[in-house]
Amino acid sequence: MLLETVGLTKRFGGVTAVDRVDLGIAERETLGLIGPNGAGKTTLINLISGVVGADVGTIRLSGSDVTGLPAHRLAALGIARTFQGVRVFKGLTVHDNVLIGRHTRMRSDVLARLVPRPRQKADPDRARSLSLIERVGLGRRRADALAGELPYGDQRRLEIARALASEPRLLILDEPAAGMNPTESAGMRVLIESLRGEGLTILLIEHDVRLVMDTCQRVVVLNFGRKIADGTPTEIQHDPAVREAYLGTEAVA
Amino acid sequence: MAEQLYNAVFIGSIYALFALGFALVFSVLDILNLAHPTVFMLGAFAALFAIGTLGLPWFVALVVAVLFTGLFGIVLDRVAFAPLRSRGAPALSSMISSLAVTLIVVRLVELRYGGDFITFPAGAVPAFVLRVGDATFEGVRLAIVVLSIALMLVLTYILQRTQLGRDLRALAENPRAARLLGVDVERAIAVTFFVSSALGGLAGVLLAFAYNTLDSKMGVPLELRAFTVMVVGGMGSLPGAVIGAYILGFGEVASLVYLPTELRDAFAFGLLFLVLVARPTGLLGQKSPDRV
Amino acid sequence: MDAVLDLLRTYSTTIAVIGVSALLALSVWLTLYAGQLTLGNAAFMGVGAYVSALLGRLLDAPFPLALLIGAFAAAVLALPLGVIVFRLRGVYLAIATLAFGEIVRVILLATPITGKGQGLNGIPPKTELWHIYLSLLVVAYVLWRVQGSTIGRAWAAIREDEIASASQGIAVGQHKLAAFVIGALIAGWAGGLSAHVTFSIDPSDFGFTKAVQVLVFAVVGGVPNVLGPILGAGVLTALPEVLRPLKDYRDIFQGAILLLVIIYLPRGLVTFIDVRRTRRLSRIGAVDVA
Repeated sequence: MLLETVGLTKRFGGVTAVDRVDLGIAERETLGLIGPNGAGKTTLINLISGVVGADVGTIRLSGSDVTGLPAHRLAALGIARTFQGVRVFKGLTVHDNVLIGRHTRMRSDVLARLVPRPRQKADPDRARSLSLIERVGLGRRRADALAGELPYGDQRRLEIARALASEPRLLILDEPAAGMNPTESAGMRVLIESLRGEGLTILLIEHDVRLVMDTCQRVVVLNFGRKIADGTPTEIQHDPAVREAYLGTEAVA
Repeated sequence: MAEQLYNAVFIGSIYALFALGFALVFSVLDILNLAHPTVFMLGAFAALFAIGTLGLPWFVALVVAVLFTGLFGIVLDRVAFAPLRSRGAPALSSMISSLAVTLIVVRLVELRYGGDFITFPAGAVPAFVLRVGDATFEGVRLAIVVLSIALMLVLTYILQRTQLGRDLRALAENPRAARLLGVDVERAIAVTFFVSSALGGLAGVLLAFAYNTLDSKMGVPLELRAFTVMVVGGMGSLPGAVIGAYILGFGEVASLVYLPTELRDAFAFGLLFLVLVARPTGLLGQKSPDRV
Repeated sequence: MDAVLDLLRTYSTTIAVIGVSALLALSVWLTLYAGQLTLGNAAFMGVGAYVSALLGRLLDAPFPLALLIGAFAAAVLALPLGVIVFRLRGVYLAIATLAFGEIVRVILLATPITGKGQGLNGIPPKTELWHIYLSLLVVAYVLWRVQGSTIGRAWAAIREDEIASASQGIAVGQHKLAAFVIGALIAGWAGGLSAHVTFSIDPSDFGFTKAVQVLVFAVVGGVPNVLGPILGAGVLTALPEVLRPLKDYRDIFQGAILLLVIIYLPRGLVTFIDVRRTRRLSRIGAVDVA
C-alpha cells in the first residue's frame, strides 16, 4: 500500500464533509474517486495532500504515519497534486512554473547565484523542464510564455507538468478534464494512460465517468462524505448503492 | 469620576461618528478610505467658510458643510477610486490614491487658511448648556453623544430594512452579482460615499464647534484610531464600529489616569495589535481576515 | 568635473536622502515581492537608527559595528513579529504591522534613554555618501541575484498563490518570515546610516507617515524588479526639490503626480522600462501589487 487512510474525518462547522473514510492506494495503481457534487472528493484530496488537517483518523504513506503534516512536507515526501480550477502561477513563465514544481528536489542556489555566471549552454534544469513540458503535450516554444497567457486546457497540462517535476510517488489529479470538450478529454485520457504506463501511482477525481472507467483499475465512490463503494469499474457500474447516489444526475452505465 | 466618565463617552462618540463613515465605505466597497480624515477636516473648514465668509448662522452652516462634504465624497470616489475599481486594482492602490488626494486637499486648505489653529468668529459657535439636577452638560458635546448613537441606529435601520440598504449589502457581498440582480451599482456607490463623507464632515463640524478650534491637521489623530475602532468592533460591522469607538474612548481615558502621557497612544495601538493577533474578526466582524 | 562636484556638494543631503530612501524602498519591495503588505519598516528603520546612535554615544562603538548591531536589532525584533502576524492577510497584515510600528514609536517616545520627545541630538555625521551608495549597490545586487534563485522563485510563487506553493513543497511561512526579517535588516541598516547623516532623530521620524512614504516609493517605482523601488525613491525624493520653484503649490503637484501614477501606471514607473512585459502581465491580469 502506497497510501492508506483510516477513519479519516473532517468537519466544517455543522457539516461532516468527509466521514470515516478508509481508502487504500496500491503502488502503481490508478484509482478513481467519483461521487455526486459535494460528496467530499475534493476535501478528501485536501486532507491527503495536507491542505487541510483531519479532525479524526490517520493517513499513512508507505506505512509511515503522516497525519497532520502540512502540505509542503507531504510534497517533499512525494505527494503531488493538481487543483480543481487550475492554480498555475499566472504571472510566471511556463518554465518557472515547472521549476517551482521541482522545488523539493532542488538545492538552494542562492549563494551560487551571488557570483554572476554566463548562462551555461547545457542548463540541466531548463532541459528537464523542457522535456516535461513536451511530455504533457505542450510545445517547447511555450516555455517562456506567461502561464496566464495559455489557453485553459494548456494550463491544465502545465499543472500536471509542474506536479510531475517533483518526481512524485503519488500523483493526485483533481478533475483534470473538467470543462473539456470530447477531443480535449480524449487527449487528457491519452496523457493519463501514458503516465500510468510509466508506473506512476495516480489518484484521479473526475466527473467524466467515461474517463474514469477507461483509465482506472479501481474506483471508490463517495456520497455525503462516506465511502459507499469500492471496486473495479464494472463492479461499480452495477452497484445499486452507486446508482442510487447518482439518481439520474449522471448516467453511470 | 463622573467627569471622566462623561469625557470617555464624549471621546467615544467622536470616534464613533468618525468611524461610522469609514466603516461604511469599507464594509460596502472593501476600501480603506485614507482620505476620510480629510473630509472630517473639510467639514470643519466648510463650516468656517460658511460662517466667516458667507455670514451664515451656525445651524445653516452645519447643513451646508455636511452637504458639501457629502458631495465631495462623491467627487473623491470618481477621482480616486472609480478608475481603480474598473480595472480591479487591489486595495493597496486605493489606499495610495486616497493618500494622494489627502495631500492635495490639505495643502489647498492650508493655502487658504494657513496651517495654524483657527477659531470661529466670536459668538458664531453654539454654546448652550443643559442642566439636569446638579449636573451641567455642555450643549455641543451632548449633541455629539446623542447624534452618534442616533445616527448609528438610523444607518443600521437603513441597511437592514430599506431597499437601499439591501442594495448596499448586495454590493458588499458580491458586486457582480448585485449588478446582475438589477442593483444600480453606480448609484449605490455614490450614495455610500455621500453618506460616509457627510458623516465624516458632520463629525468634523461638531468637533470644531465643541472645541472652537480647527486646523488642517485635525484629522490625523483620528486616522489611526479609526483602524483600532474598526478592527476591535469587527471589520465590516457598523454597530461594531460604534462599540469599538466607545471601548477605545473609555480605554484611553482610563489609561490616561494610569499611564504617563507619552504612552497615551499606546493604548489605541496596543489594543489594535492585540485584537488582530488574538481575534482578528473583532467583536462583531463579518469579514474573515485570513481568507486566502 | 568641477560642476559635478559642486552639484554634489550643494545637493549632498538630498542625494544622501535619496540613497537611504532607496534602501528603505528595497526593504519594503522584498516583502511585497513575497506578496506581503507590511507597514512596519519605518519602525525597523527607527530601531536601527536609535540602536546604532546610542551604541556610538554610550559605548563609543565603531561605526560599522554600530550599524551592524542596529540592523540586527531590527531583524531580531522582526522575527517574533513575523511569526505572530503572518496568519493575517492583505489589509489586516498591513494594519497589524502599522500598529506594531506605532507601538515602537510610542515606546521610543517614552523611554528616557532615547531622549523621549526631544529625540537624540548631536549624532556625529559619520556617514559618507559612498557608504550609502555602496550599501545600495550591494543590497540591490544581492536582491537582483536572489530574485532568480530558488528562494526568489519561491517568493514569487507565494505571491501568486500560497496554497499552490505549499503543494509544491514550499514552506510558505518560513519563506515569508525570511523576506520580512531580511527586509527589517535592510531597513535597520538604512536607519543607522540615516541617523548619522541627519545629526538628530526623534520618534516622529519613524511613524505612520514614514511607513507610508516608503511603501509609496516601492509601489510607485514598481515591483517586478529591483530597479522599481530605487526609481520610485529617486523620483519621489527628488521631485520636491525639482518642484521647489512651485513653492506653496509643491505638495499639490506631488499629490497630483502620485494620483496619476497610481491610477494610470499600475505597475509603477518601471513600466516605462519594460513595456512589453508589463503589457503581457496586464493582459492576463496577473497578481498585481498595486
